[in-house]
Amino acid sequence: MNDITLEERTRNLQGLGSSRKRVEDVRFTQGKGNYIDDIKIDGMLFGDFVRSPYAHARVTGVDTEAALKVPGVLAVLTADDLKPLNLHWMPTLAGDTQMVLADGKVLFQGQEVAFVVAADRYAAADGVEAVEVEYEELPVVTDPFKALSPDAPVLREDIKDRTEGAHGPVRHHNHIFTWEQGDKDATEKVLAEADVMAEEMVYYHRTHPCPLETCGCVASMDKVNGKLTLYGTFQAPHAIRTVVSLISGIAEHNIRVISPDIGGGFGNKVGAYSGYVCSVVASIVTGKPVKWVEDRMDNLMSTAFARDYWMQGKIAATKDGKITGLWCHTTADHGGFDACADPTKFPAGFMNICTGSYDIPVAYLSVDGVYTNKAPGGVAYRCSFRVTEAAYFIERMIEVLAIRLDMDAAELRRINFIGKDQFPYQSALGWEYDSGDYHAAWEKALDAVDYTGLRKEQAQRLEDFKAGKTRKLLGIGLAHFTEIVGAGPVKNCDILGLGMFDSCEIRIHPTGSAIARLGTISQGQGHATTFAQIIASEIGIPADDITLEEGDTDTAPYGLGTYGSRSTPVAGAATAMASRKIMAKAQMIAAYLLEVHDNDVEFEVDRFVVKGAPERFKTMKEIAFAAYNQAIPGLEPGLEAVSYYDPPNMTYPFGAYICAMEIDVDTGEHEIRQFYALDDCGTRINPMIIDGQVHGGATEGYAIAMGQEIAYDEMGNHMTATLMDFFLPTAWETPVYVTDHTVTPSPHHPIGAKGVGESPNVGSVPAFSNAVHDAFRPFGLVQSHMPHDHWRIWKIADDLGLHQ
Amino acid sequence: MIPSGFEYHRPENVSSAVEILKKHGDDARVIAGGHSLVPLMKLRMAEMAHLVDLQEIAELRRISFNRDNVVIGAMTTQAEIVSNGQLSSLIPILRETALLISDPQVRNMGTMGGNVAHGDPGNDMPAVMQCLDAGYTLSGPDGTRTVKARDFYESAYFTVRSDDEILTGITIPMPVMSGYAYEKQKRKIGDYAIAAAAVLIGDGKASVAFTNLSDTPVWSASASRALASGSIEQCVDCAMDAIEPQSDIRGPAEFKKHVAKVVLRRAIHKAMERTK
Amino acid sequence: MSKMHVKLNLNGREVEDLAEPRTLLIHFLRENLNVTGPHIGCETSHCGACTVDMNGKSVKSCTIFVAQSNGADVTTVEGLANPDGSPGVLQEMFREHHGLQCGFCTPGMITRAHRFLQECPNPTEEEVRFGMAGNLCRCTGYQNIVKAVMAAADQINSQKEAVT
Repeated sequence: MNDITLEERTRNLQGLGSSRKRVEDVRFTQGKGNYIDDIKIDGMLFGDFVRSPYAHARVTGVDTEAALKVPGVLAVLTADDLKPLNLHWMPTLAGDTQMVLADGKVLFQGQEVAFVVAADRYAAADGVEAVEVEYEELPVVTDPFKALSPDAPVLREDIKDRTEGAHGPVRHHNHIFTWEQGDKDATEKVLAEADVMAEEMVYYHRTHPCPLETCGCVASMDKVNGKLTLYGTFQAPHAIRTVVSLISGIAEHNIRVISPDIGGGFGNKVGAYSGYVCSVVASIVTGKPVKWVEDRMDNLMSTAFARDYWMQGKIAATKDGKITGLWCHTTADHGGFDACADPTKFPAGFMNICTGSYDIPVAYLSVDGVYTNKAPGGVAYRCSFRVTEAAYFIERMIEVLAIRLDMDAAELRRINFIGKDQFPYQSALGWEYDSGDYHAAWEKALDAVDYTGLRKEQAQRLEDFKAGKTRKLLGIGLAHFTEIVGAGPVKNCDILGLGMFDSCEIRIHPTGSAIARLGTISQGQGHATTFAQIIASEIGIPADDITLEEGDTDTAPYGLGTYGSRSTPVAGAATAMASRKIMAKAQMIAAYLLEVHDNDVEFEVDRFVVKGAPERFKTMKEIAFAAYNQAIPGLEPGLEAVSYYDPPNMTYPFGAYICAMEIDVDTGEHEIRQFYALDDCGTRINPMIIDGQVHGGATEGYAIAMGQEIAYDEMGNHMTATLMDFFLPTAWETPVYVTDHTVTPSPHHPIGAKGVGESPNVGSVPAFSNAVHDAFRPFGLVQSHMPHDHWRIWKIADDLGLHQ
Repeated sequence: MIPSGFEYHRPENVSSAVEILKKHGDDARVIAGGHSLVPLMKLRMAEMAHLVDLQEIAELRRISFNRDNVVIGAMTTQAEIVSNGQLSSLIPILRETALLISDPQVRNMGTMGGNVAHGDPGNDMPAVMQCLDAGYTLSGPDGTRTVKARDFYESAYFTVRSDDEILTGITIPMPVMSGYAYEKQKRKIGDYAIAAAAVLIGDGKASVAFTNLSDTPVWSASASRALASGSIEQCVDCAMDAIEPQSDIRGPAEFKKHVAKVVLRRAIHKAMERTK
Repeated sequence: MSKMHVKLNLNGREVEDLAEPRTLLIHFLRENLNVTGPHIGCETSHCGACTVDMNGKSVKSCTIFVAQSNGADVTTVEGLANPDGSPGVLQEMFREHHGLQCGFCTPGMITRAHRFLQECPNPTEEEVRFGMAGNLCRCTGYQNIVKAVMAAADQINSQKEAVT
């Protein structure tokens, strides 16, 4: 044991900073994952929805007679069947209510109208086909601005006369809330008196997280012992248990929620959906387990969309480019119900991080939430509660201001970054940024891509273009983003009243191996690998000797789940804190075994050594065994701990992304020539996994910026309901990424980690979009809307007269 | 996405397949690779009581090389088109086109017969077949007839083939002009064309056709004549008169018209460079 | 609709069951035979999560009726382990190079890569990207998948050299 060096002992742990290979992969690569649709219980039935073909209609009749005659069909649920249970409507995460099954009318195409329960999915589909629904079409509104006009159709007849909503006064039948942050008067004064003021509408279009696995569940009600087991694709299993208990009346201890392996979430699997409620009811009614799994069209048409923010911005600056104020009014299209997934006090999420990476003295934000005839949602698609929208907004406004000032956009950022010495930094819209060194990251990024060289090449290209030698332009897309993740302090963050802490329980076994359980749930992030690394470094047990479990509410400690990049900042902190509780006891055990005072031993990688006598030590293995076989005066046997961690603040990861893009002005095609991503996520737990997260998040960003959208026509018909039309790039279109990093630890996080999963989605979208805009900047383009698919880029060129 | 039920048939020759079609009329449909038909069935946009699978009919899998023509059996897959060296050297535009159809898995199932017979204006081979002046062999209860690809398509999903006929093969007259190109602009692999142009040129002749720019594939006689006479601009003008793209999720009609011009010019230049 | 008798040679073993002709091959594998490696992602032949090897070719089993596949040789990710049951080269390389995250696309991805490397044993990166373009991944951005496939090609080729 003594013949190996300290470095080797450290390496053997595979703790923090190690690119440890993932333990999950052994089963995933062999087809042995256990996803929701893999779950089979004897006698299990299958449920499927009848969905509305109309975006807005009265439902005047649902005839289930023919469906009930279809072989294999056992039951058809309608709103009328759910009414006696008061389950025909359910609460949303945003303080609204939502129909579980159409109650008199439908508000979006694809809305759930009836639930057919059958012996298998084929019979269920036949049953769905046989249900006859009578509709009476109503006028449709898909534009949130038109939805607020005085004569707009009334969408929510159930609440049309209210004057107070969940977030304050309501001024129109389709108005949901207005949320204001910052100092309105001071901001307007600065705007009025500014040397330079730029104003633009920045639209972040509607899109969808579209994980490769759709949403689904299996509900199994055991009528004999009164217990409900609910398996499902839940990003927040514990919260789901509480919600199910609250709305069904089943006591919480009689509900067990299990999230099995999840095939990607990206925010899509945070919310509560009709399928969950109907499966539970169907299981109670039939006495059999009921499975419901969406098909891809169900998923794209009805489960949570993301974004759809119209952000009107004004930015003021001195003529030298120092920003003096920022104003933003957002019109948020929430669809037919407000099922947005945000902490209760934040109806527009953390949109008030929209001052970004910049030291802006005054700012004002107001957000209007609006009902339209579109699907509900508004979830954070690989995003911490609207920070993607906020980052896109400010990174576009910076570019717009640079144009107005006729200034290089890299330089404009440099002038306005929050300085390293200003942290902790109080933003004008109410946040306290924990740490950062934006200038260092920025200079590193600009050097890495040879920014000066790129600009020279761009200038030459422009000359060639004007001389008719080429039809391709070069765009350089810059973005510096500041994330706000790790929701969050219980004092201001809760979902449905549940504080957004998280938890970890660790048990050390007598032989020195361990099991840890957390309140989170991995959907590909590799928690079983990385959280074991935190424990390995903290406790000195090799990561390979630590089992990690999540997702079973009967065994795991309560937690708020995995979304908003909160797992590492919150549950990761809980893991470190639980480890430290264990170490406090381990130290006492070690001292007892070594017959010295507690203060005379110190921890060294994987053992406690006597200070000044390093040859005298007890390894963690020895200490673990002692915890179970020695009667130590004043100590209970065993070695385990649990920590519920309420973070004192959010963490603020940041990064600098640069994209060089070739654009064919004649066809609107593009080619990503270079994409550089520098991330600072504080302490780096597993560099291999961080790189993987960046590749994946940037690819989602690429898709969103360059083609991915949920589109409706004026009749509210969903135009992008299959993967033929909804843009997911293949390996062929996807760019190659160069990743890089700086390390600015979070001062308030036990191990200094900030979280990284969502940064690349936040940062890459403005980088791609800014590259498109930058290519056309010499011809006068100031602002155009995403997604920048072929025709929209072609349209920019056409409008600028580049096709003559 | 679950299709409705059907009775399955796997005949071993064309005549028994035709027999089944004759017996069941509208209630029967043939399936080749199924990668157009199965998704429609899963969306319940196509339902039939009898599905006639052609996979066992060996005669439909042959490619025969004759002095005056090449005959491609309807069940030849796109992957087989890509990998057939002799075919690729004689009619290289087929391989170039097949490689632009969907992805490897789909090319393994998707057949030439299915691609040309389905009548989907987004399918790539119909325009190429029009460009090559190919003929389709249709076998029905009353025997066999040949219809030119240029006369086959009526509107989207409607062709001159009657319900009890099977498209059994494609005859491509030889020799084929040596300059060739199929230029397709699409958003990603797996997508249909925003616009695509097929061009053949050589020996003072030329032929020009388009994919997904009208409700049928479009072969333009005047554009072909113009190109044969050496006038690229006139060819482009004539071609623009021949197409009638629709606005959809891939973009508005005026954009597609513009792209049609661009891909046509690119195809012409590539084809001219390749002229032996 | 009456059921038909379906036989497959699945991962080297004869299997059979009754199924409606309209049953999709993916459902037959997953529901009738409990072979749950291949997954369902899009149901319209775009994502490739359901990719299996049928008669020596990569196909998407969500768009094939079991009736069409009756009598076929089918290989799924479960059939790609080494004869001794240890993970095959591709399975190892995907783990080694972090070629997966949520794991949902992985069985289809590896099954496609298995066939691709037989079609193209010495691929360039561009060839890997083109040859794997029938499989979508939402997590990895493909960069490490490409790396894993290239690394597997190297390993397979060096093993072959060692034998000859």
